[in-house]
Amino acid sequence: MGKTIAEKIFEAHIVDRPVPETAVINLDAVFCHEITTPAAILDLKARGKKGVFDPSKIKAVIDHVTPAKDSKTATQGLILRNWAKEEGIKDFFDIGRNGVCHAIFPEKGFARPGYTIIMGDSHTCTHGAFGAFAAGVGTTDLEVGILKGVCSFQLPGTIKINITGKPASGVYSKDIILSIIKMLGVNGATDRVIEFTGEVVDAMTMEERMTLCNMAIEAGGTSGICYPDRITAEYLWDFIKDDYESVDEAVEDFRKWISDSDAEYVREISFDVSELEPVATFGYKPDQVKTIRELEGTEINQVYIGSCTNGRIEDLREAAKVLRGKKIADSVRGIVSPATPDIFKAALKEGIIDVFMEAGFCVTNPTCGACLGMSNGVLAEGEVCASTTNRNFNGRMGKGGMVHLMSPASAAAASLTGVITNSPLYTGRE
Amino acid sequence: MKKFDGKAIFLDRNDINTDEIIPAKYLTEVTKAALKPYLLEDLKLEGFSTEQLADRNAVITKENFGCGSSREHAPWALEVNDINIVIAASFARIFRQNMYNCGMLAVELPEENIDELFRTFGGSGCSVKTDLENQKIKFISGNTELEYEFNISGFNKDLVKAGGWVEYADTRY
Repeated sequence: MGKTIAEKIFEAHIVDRPVPETAVINLDAVFCHEITTPAAILDLKARGKKGVFDPSKIKAVIDHVTPAKDSKTATQGLILRNWAKEEGIKDFFDIGRNGVCHAIFPEKGFARPGYTIIMGDSHTCTHGAFGAFAAGVGTTDLEVGILKGVCSFQLPGTIKINITGKPASGVYSKDIILSIIKMLGVNGATDRVIEFTGEVVDAMTMEERMTLCNMAIEAGGTSGICYPDRITAEYLWDFIKDDYESVDEAVEDFRKWISDSDAEYVREISFDVSELEPVATFGYKPDQVKTIRELEGTEINQVYIGSCTNGRIEDLREAAKVLRGKKIADSVRGIVSPATPDIFKAALKEGIIDVFMEAGFCVTNPTCGACLGMSNGVLAEGEVCASTTNRNFNGRMGKGGMVHLMSPASAAAASLTGVITNSPLYTGRE
Repeated sequence: MKKFDGKAIFLDRNDINTDEIIPAKYLTEVTKAALKPYLLEDLKLEGFSTEQLADRNAVITKENFGCGSSREHAPWALEVNDINIVIAASFARIFRQNMYNCGMLAVELPEENIDELFRTFGGSGCSVKTDLENQKIKFISGNTELEYEFNISGFNKDLVKAGGWVEYADTRY
């Protein structure tokens, strides 16, 4: 019997099988940020444990609240900063060089095909876009990961989603994943890996694949995962060129991770995107999804473009196409947060930042802040935000606020009219 | 090992998420104790108020409890309120693992058992008595008693008995 990509990665990393359904695996990377890591650091210190399993495999960033907004967040940054120094963690990204974790770590080449990755952050599933098994974990899993380089997982079965057809112009990876979450439900993939395959995924850029995998957790999934291919190899080339003679050779090597044709799945779904329209969430669960057409006219107070879901250069480009030469509605506050310094610099160079500023957007530094209502764009009671983020829970962006998740183009369109509306980039089905 | 007995609170909804259990704005705290006043602060549920948590030691709820964020602050906020056990029809993966990793108990019961519990005790409340060794759990109010067997993997049971994943892993890996 053949194996899925997740099964192959598990098999290559297994350390222990305490019971048949659970595997303890070794880790290729442990990612850390300043919200969930300090408690692990303090607990390790309280237990008198110094040292980390491998400082070169630990990557750390201050991203959730940056610059620090108060003494408490400054202290969280301080704990992470001092610890990184004490433990010799060279890949530590402090203010000025920091970006949203799931955008900056891939950009630096830290996610690779076949890797096992954990982080104290549920959207760690993003890195599955590189053909890795990447899972969000709690602080205790993170603590053991830091100390021992291992983590336990109940062996996850895989749901394979074969994405076919041709999306209409103005329909994005975000529309596809929101529509898939609607189909699966918020717990439809609990204890499962979601394998995204098919012609649509094959044609996607790494940025689009990251958007897809980013929201696997919103269906309860342990990790999203895409097959590594030429697009993966080209994205990573600067970081892997010492390991391979050519991109071709890398692509050939990556093939070892691709699921076998006779692999066994918990569920196989064919998902045709040809008829898909731009969509957005309503309500407080990410599986509550309607077409933008159905939600048309819903008034909004704020537009937020950024985050680990949709704060990458391609996202800013699509939003800028909608905004170019236009002004946002008087009733709307527009906020854009390029997800990393490199994305910010590229956007500056391409004139995209100008477009946002001319339209009336506030441009912030890279940070997670607004997405989870911590800083840089918190909503007031009763306010509504059109957002390119990944979670619309009650109170998520501020107590009593409502969040409609959508693509950057749809969010930009909403900023111009003050209501949810289809972007001019969506021209309907051909 | 922690205690898994005491008076239960019933939360009659699916998909209660980690932001409702402990809102993100409190994640700037680095001690567990500081989370105590904020448990379930953002939960909107008819008949529920956070004052009811004062004398409770268990939560009984429905599907997909703890979905969303990976924040271990969710089990910690329960723990500092003396709630070490959650009984539900199902859990989100990360929350469930965080519970075992903290030496706390996530008990999954079939939907019909959960429905029976809500039908029988939802109005009046009940006490919980847990026998982890034999994987049995009893719900008692006055003369009414319901008992169920529950599944927990040998591994997760060992985590709970050890006091958590750090304690378990420390001696083995």
